[in-house]
Amino acid sequence: MSVGSASLDHAGRPDGVLNADALRADARRQALGLLALLSPGLFLVFSIIIVPIGWLFWLSLFDETGQLSLANYARFFEQASYIKTFATTFKVAFVVTGACVLFGYPLAYMLSQLPRRAASICLIFVILPFWTSVLVRTYAWLVILQRKGLINNWLIDLGVIGQPLPLANNFAGVVIGMTHIMLPFLVLPLYASMKTIDVDCLRAGMNLGASPAATFRQIFFPLSLPGLASGVVIVFVLCLGFFVTPALMGGGKVIMWAMRMEQATSLYSNWGAGAALGVVLLAVTLALLGLFQWLLGARATGVWSRR
Amino acid sequence: MTKRLCIHGLAGLLASVTVPASAADTITVASWGGTYQEAQTKAFFDPTAKDLGITIKQDTTNGLDDVRLQVTGNAVKWDITELGADECARGSKEGLFEKLDYNVIDKSGINPKLVHDDWVGISYTSVVLIYRTDVFGDKGPKSWADFWDVEKFPGRRALSGSQATETLSVAALAKGTPIDKVYPVDIDGALQSVDKVKGHIDAWWTSGAQAMQLVKDGEVDMASIWNGRAGTLKKEGAPVSFSFDQGVLTADCMVIPKGSKNKDIAMKALAKFVSPDLQANLPLYVDNGPANEKAFETGKIPQERIKDINSSPENVKKQVLQDPEFWRDNLVEATEKFNNLIQQ
Repeated sequence: MSVGSASLDHAGRPDGVLNADALRADARRQALGLLALLSPGLFLVFSIIIVPIGWLFWLSLFDETGQLSLANYARFFEQASYIKTFATTFKVAFVVTGACVLFGYPLAYMLSQLPRRAASICLIFVILPFWTSVLVRTYAWLVILQRKGLINNWLIDLGVIGQPLPLANNFAGVVIGMTHIMLPFLVLPLYASMKTIDVDCLRAGMNLGASPAATFRQIFFPLSLPGLASGVVIVFVLCLGFFVTPALMGGGKVIMWAMRMEQATSLYSNWGAGAALGVVLLAVTLALLGLFQWLLGARATGVWSRR
Repeated sequence: MTKRLCIHGLAGLLASVTVPASAADTITVASWGGTYQEAQTKAFFDPTAKDLGITIKQDTTNGLDDVRLQVTGNAVKWDITELGADECARGSKEGLFEKLDYNVIDKSGINPKLVHDDWVGISYTSVVLIYRTDVFGDKGPKSWADFWDVEKFPGRRALSGSQATETLSVAALAKGTPIDKVYPVDIDGALQSVDKVKGHIDAWWTSGAQAMQLVKDGEVDMASIWNGRAGTLKKEGAPVSFSFDQGVLTADCMVIPKGSKNKDIAMKALAKFVSPDLQANLPLYVDNGPANEKAFETGKIPQERIKDINSSPENVKKQVLQDPEFWRDNLVEATEKFNNLIQQ
């Protein structure tokens, strides 16, 4: 477009008009060429994202008898359990994100300060769990945390506790299991952004007499915020749609939104019941992303909206 | 779920181009997979294939959703599929199945409640009360009233959170309803009964494997569980005890999905599956009892095995038969109310 605007400057002169037309035609050809290059990608996005989501929305508007209705949405207000599920979903996402920040920030900070070779070895340990199935990891946690699991047995044998701690089949179990799975999603973007922080800034701060703590607080931490923000957004949004871990670790007492979707698809004979749940989750997630973008600026949510 | 919808779409798209490839002498049967389907293969599928000179291909199903997907998407790939009886009743109401021909299928010996225009009973599972003998010795809870009695039987408990139908049935038994009066279930009464024990339930299980794991690892001391899973625990040597007293018998059924391309052969195969002779094979491989009570008259099942089969005439008397048609009409309302209650 800069070519077009430059040619406008010359629009007054007769020889410029010819030139401008040629330039404009060239720009148009280029734009068409780009569009042609983009079209397979656009077609793919349209056919595997836009169309199914549109379809999902369309399905959610029909009731059991095939009539157009808002019954699938009205249900969320009529049945107290849906609101409860919604609240639980956010509570879990919130607590897990908090726990990830608590564990992930020091971890990422340590990784960023280590020599390159040591850091890459440690990073492998962060990424390693990615290659193990979520189901296997969740069952492993169950073995570790349950009433007669490793932790409780050790603590009882050591005489630390008399009664087993309730660590599995409840809210705590879900949070522990999910935090473990989500941690890399926070650490990786955070580590990447910490690595880009210019060490000279920190040196300059200390040269001017700041204590190490003050340097961290006033220079390093603010500079790491964009990475932290994008990690938080990824973790929070992924948590909202979690299924396996709460289903296995929650003991049926921590019901999250995705579990209700599965329930609704088998309970109701129309796809609309489950589809409506999906539409609500999608809308809320998009609204949240919008909110984050507005609060934290484009950099935080850049993972999705890099333009 | 999104994946399902995509499949739905694909199925719809493919329907117009799919060539009916399967030869007339090949049918596809879908069941639940795992050890149960392996047992069915030996008990039903292999002998039938041999007798009729056909090939029986196998697939696994997730239940009524899958059938609905195939039938409404006009892409039926199964000729026979297994479902829970309440799913059969619901699918029948939705018109998802072909009518069965009882001139081909001999229905004698099958409980009339499980013989319908478009579906027929195939086997039974029981919901039973299991308890750990290392906690209670042999003085564990013997009835659902005992299970509900948290003072007399302190300990950790699990009930099914996903099968509201089963949990409401045992809740009705817990408040003293006699076995033959449980159906039709007084849903509000049963919910009140669940409400009483709710605070003492440490886990609401959502799958058979989970129920088994909870009991096996001692996470709970007593639970409701499917008899097949309970039997496996016992065979593995876990310190557990269970009986069929006050069990809830739930039937499985088989149907021919509407639009099956090999309907006639499927009908003949289904007739074989429910025949006393093949039905008698099932308990030789798995704990799910035969739906046809004449199976017990064939002499194929050893006497000492009969007492362990949930659908043997002796054991049937001790249990409640879950009524599929009652749940066809009340499932959605009861499940939503049940979910509201246990999530409070």
